[in-house]
Amino acid sequence: MSAPVKAEARSRPAPSRPAGHPRPRRHLFDTKISPYAYISPFFLLFFAFGLFPLAYTAWVSLYDWNLLSSEQTFVGLDNYTELLADEYFWNAAFNTLSIGVLSAVPQLLFALWLAHLLNRPLRAQTFFRVTLLLPNVTSVVAVVVIFSQLFGREFGLINMVLEAFGLGRIDWQAGTATSHAAIATMIMWRWTGYNALIYLAAMQAVPRELYEAATLDGASTFRQLVSITIPMIRPTIIFTVIVSTIGSMQVIAEPMLFGAQVSAGAMATGGADRQFQTLALYLYEQGFRSFEFGYASAAAWVMFLLVVIVVGINFLLVRRMRGSLDS
Amino acid sequence: MTNRHTTSIRRAWQSIASRPLTYLTLTAVAFFSAFPIYWSVVVASHDNSALAQIPPPLLPGGNFFANVARVFDTAPFQLALLNSVLVAGSITISVMLFSTLAGFAFAKLRFRGRNALLVLVIATMMVPTQLGIIPLYMMMIKLEWTGTMYAVIVPSLVSAFGVFFMTQYLSRALPTELIEAGRVDGASTWALFWRVVLPIARPAAAVLGMLTFMTAWNDYFWPLVVLTPENPTVQVALSQLAAGYVQDFTLGLAGTAVATLPLVLVFALLGRHIIGGIMQGAVKG
Repeated sequence: MSAPVKAEARSRPAPSRPAGHPRPRRHLFDTKISPYAYISPFFLLFFAFGLFPLAYTAWVSLYDWNLLSSEQTFVGLDNYTELLADEYFWNAAFNTLSIGVLSAVPQLLFALWLAHLLNRPLRAQTFFRVTLLLPNVTSVVAVVVIFSQLFGREFGLINMVLEAFGLGRIDWQAGTATSHAAIATMIMWRWTGYNALIYLAAMQAVPRELYEAATLDGASTFRQLVSITIPMIRPTIIFTVIVSTIGSMQVIAEPMLFGAQVSAGAMATGGADRQFQTLALYLYEQGFRSFEFGYASAAAWVMFLLVVIVVGINFLLVRRMRGSLDS
Repeated sequence: MTNRHTTSIRRAWQSIASRPLTYLTLTAVAFFSAFPIYWSVVVASHDNSALAQIPPPLLPGGNFFANVARVFDTAPFQLALLNSVLVAGSITISVMLFSTLAGFAFAKLRFRGRNALLVLVIATMMVPTQLGIIPLYMMMIKLEWTGTMYAVIVPSLVSAFGVFFMTQYLSRALPTELIEAGRVDGASTWALFWRVVLPIARPAAAVLGMLTFMTAWNDYFWPLVVLTPENPTVQVALSQLAAGYVQDFTLGLAGTAVATLPLVLVFALLGRHIIGGIMQGAVKG
């Protein structure tokens, strides 16, 4: 991603100062040292509050470290072995994966299609774009409060509509599948428009001549989407798949607040039966409800490993998609 | 943007029969994007008994301000709003300033290790922040910042995304010749930053500022962890309001409206620019 910057540096014209005209020392200091002064506020704060905690997590994870006791004992990898045998951890891993797939796959496909629709000369372009991004401006707390009302068992609008069509009411929060669907809907609502705009930006860089030629050849718009647009914006698709994957591995506020909305005790557990507790919520429960910092740090590292693995798999899958498209 | 299209293409595309369907789809999507926000205002402007009716009310009622008043009685919302303005405001100013400074250095100045440092910035944008949250919390305890706004503000004073965003913008928008010309005239780098870079950076910095303000205003998880219920930000106060044992939807959604509507209004007014910024960042991303 640093390629454009490098190219910029290379194409930079040579200093216009005539040869033999010596630079004053103060000037030399100014050009050689001052860049570090400009990036130092960022890097000082970034190291202290960004990178150092990341590294320190690994250290803490090797200890039996509880906020409530003053002693920390070194336990090596015990936290990790305990974690891997913890059924609540695996339950959370399953929920995270399920909610991630349910929200990300339809979201990205839909965003692609929306961007395709918007990538034509249309009236009211700006209006459509602004409304599309409106959900993204809404805070996650607001989204969950609003959707918890919509998905409510008694007075929820969605159940009222279902009933009007002769379908029964659904207790959305109680079941595993239904609660995952409800949470995935909240995530989709908030992020589809954002991804559509990212795709739209990439689509506008595709040469118009390609579409012109395809239209003359009689290719349908769907055919153009599959044969021109998707191959041309593949780097952007890979980018959004990775970002969405990282995002869905970190889902926490939605299940936390969804649980808090329905029963006050379910905030950290993600429902009475942990039916929608995600990995990040499990980390929160261990770290900030039980104050088992060592154990929670181990969970953070395993979570990070899982993120890397899932992102890697997705990256390979999207890359392979190219093969099937080109052939 | 439409200037870029040739008329022949426009004509060809206009002939495609699916265009009414396009408008229909986009209108439906616009409806579903806006409806939940509208619905929250509708619920917030009725009393709880109105919600049990079938069919439910679809138009706003007359109780909105009474419910909002109840919000301020139930939770420390006034303090929360003040706190959020303080938090989001100081984070925004700091991110704008330090991102522009670092972006200028990365885009236009030459120094040893520049590319390696820039790669580090980009790489960390990909690492989940939750990974470091426990040590960060331990640091806040050590600094005795828990329960105060310092704990929310200081870790967010800089942003890797901001540096990346300004670097991308300035490497394109800032002519290197302008810097060189200033140098020949004897201006120091610092003077160049103030007189040449800042005016050119202003539009992108404004977009970054709006994005940062929204993110900081909407942040929930970290403030929840480090703050107390007595001294919350607006999102934390809102979650407390909504998480009662008794489900009081009108109260919860009136609070949501107070916390969300200002941002939605600002977005409706300035959304064009923000979208422009997101799309600009996306092309190069």
